[in-house]
Amino acid sequence: MKTAAELAAAVASGEVSAAEVTAAHLERIAAVDGQVRAFLHVAEDAAAQAEAIDGKRAAGEPLGPLAGVPVAVKDLFATVGMPTTCGSKILQGWLPPYESTVTRRLRDAGAVLIGKTNMDEFAMGSSTENSRFGPSRNPWDLGKVPGGSSGGSAAAVAAYEAPLALGTDTGGSIRQPAAVCGIVGTKPTYGGSSRYGVVAFASSLDTPGPFGRTVLDAALLHEAMSGHDPLDSTSIDAPVPPVVEAARHGDVAGLRIGVVTEFSGDGYQPGVMARFTEAVELLESLGAKVTEISCPHFKYALPAYYLIAPSEASSNLARFDGMRYGLRAGSGSAEEVMAQTRAAGFGAEVKRRIILGTYALSSGYYDAYYGKAQQVRTLIIQDFDAAFGQVDVLVSPVTPTTAFRLGERVDDPMAMYLADLCTIPADLAGNAAISVPCGLADEDGLPAGLQVMAPPLADDRLYRVAAAVEAAFTRRWGHPLLAEAKGLKGLSSQ
Amino acid sequence: MSITRDEVAHLARLSRLALSDEELDHLAPQLDQIISAVAQVQEVAADGIPPTSHATGLTNVFRDDEPAPCLPPADALSGAPAVESQRFKVPRILAEEP
Repeated sequence: MKTAAELAAAVASGEVSAAEVTAAHLERIAAVDGQVRAFLHVAEDAAAQAEAIDGKRAAGEPLGPLAGVPVAVKDLFATVGMPTTCGSKILQGWLPPYESTVTRRLRDAGAVLIGKTNMDEFAMGSSTENSRFGPSRNPWDLGKVPGGSSGGSAAAVAAYEAPLALGTDTGGSIRQPAAVCGIVGTKPTYGGSSRYGVVAFASSLDTPGPFGRTVLDAALLHEAMSGHDPLDSTSIDAPVPPVVEAARHGDVAGLRIGVVTEFSGDGYQPGVMARFTEAVELLESLGAKVTEISCPHFKYALPAYYLIAPSEASSNLARFDGMRYGLRAGSGSAEEVMAQTRAAGFGAEVKRRIILGTYALSSGYYDAYYGKAQQVRTLIIQDFDAAFGQVDVLVSPVTPTTAFRLGERVDDPMAMYLADLCTIPADLAGNAAISVPCGLADEDGLPAGLQVMAPPLADDRLYRVAAAVEAAFTRRWGHPLLAEAKGLKGLSSQ
Repeated sequence: MSITRDEVAHLARLSRLALSDEELDHLAPQLDQIISAVAQVQEVAADGIPPTSHATGLTNVFRDDEPAPCLPPADALSGAPAVESQRFKVPRILAEEP
């Protein structure tokens, strides 16, 4: 199966048509998605989108960088002509009247938006089990979760249903599913990719980003989707970092790399730590200068996040009131209908977070909870500033364990929250961070990810490091990590 | 710090969530556990540390005040649960008796 970079080149040269590429992926979806359940909706017009690309090529019109490449889209990007549900009953069947900036840019780049992928309801969760439409499965082992909240997107890419996918990262929702599905996923710098048309969870954290099976593929999507957007007032007016160029030239010689000391110890699976240690040794052997860096406030990132994100969510989700769009349930006054609509439309985790956020923002508790969490956020940024004064990038495991069993943490919120332990600091600080596969844990044969974190707008450093790691590991293993996915072979033979 | 079932019921009312008794029984102890855990932030954050509300440092982002097409009414109403005379139709907002 070709990479996105190869597919784009093949379509551009005429070696293969966009229609053939899309048809092959639709066939793959038809064959395996009954088991993987990555998609909530497959685009009815996928073939027509591809034919339009072929038509442009035939007419000699310029083709975009992703011409003819299918992209799976997390179901919280507003897409005209495809439902946008956020994994929620409250938006079931909703057809957005406008297009998100990111998906519009991808259409302009020639991508074929092949469908909408499953996710934890309103992006709240680490397993897709909070989707109101049932969980997605990990293609490595269908009894395991694909991570979350962008788990459908990660599973679709890992199962070869799409070469690329879009996700969003608020506390780790791209990097954690990428790690447990054995693929590449990036949280760009906050403000580097537009939130316009992305259903809001926690607005100061939400960051759209790419998934790919290779570092270069993720970079191609990253570059195509990014850039300043006047429609998003938190969008950064600066050039997109040269991520594709960096992904083509993986090199860590002389690079200063800091290992975050706080992200190890109790709660970390030995096999995950073994692969992480191996990755650090690899970086050293490639010429990087590795030191240990302490970030003393990172241990407070998780509690701060679970105050800030629910607070913002409790405010953002007030718009789902059953009046203007989405579900309307119950009877009586407008206020009674609102309360009944929200009770019927939201699942348990969304309700938990709305109540938690309402509590943290309420008079009398605001200073003790939301206010303190905002101060912790400052301390975490200061930790990063101090660290990046000494090193160019920081590294850690992406998530403390490999993919867990479906159902294992579903009614234990605190256990579920721990999946985001290592990813949250970069969200709170608005940094860029990537997850790149670094091998399989010995205990269960499931993938582990290496997290690389860089300062804001230094996204290219992530790709430089990740490309070097990918190239060296692929040489050592003799093949890409996904070639070892036994569950995937089972899917292919169905 | 802990939170009682009655407080959770009050917060649910403020949040316009009509929770059942079973949901309250289930959510209240979970929220109590979560709030006890997140209260750790109080250990570290001393007075005098400025709060961070978002990471970019951007303030007062303005755009040029130029006319542009806006969403046509039919599109704006396309997802509405009920429509009448090109308007959103909603249940009664005011009580019939004071």
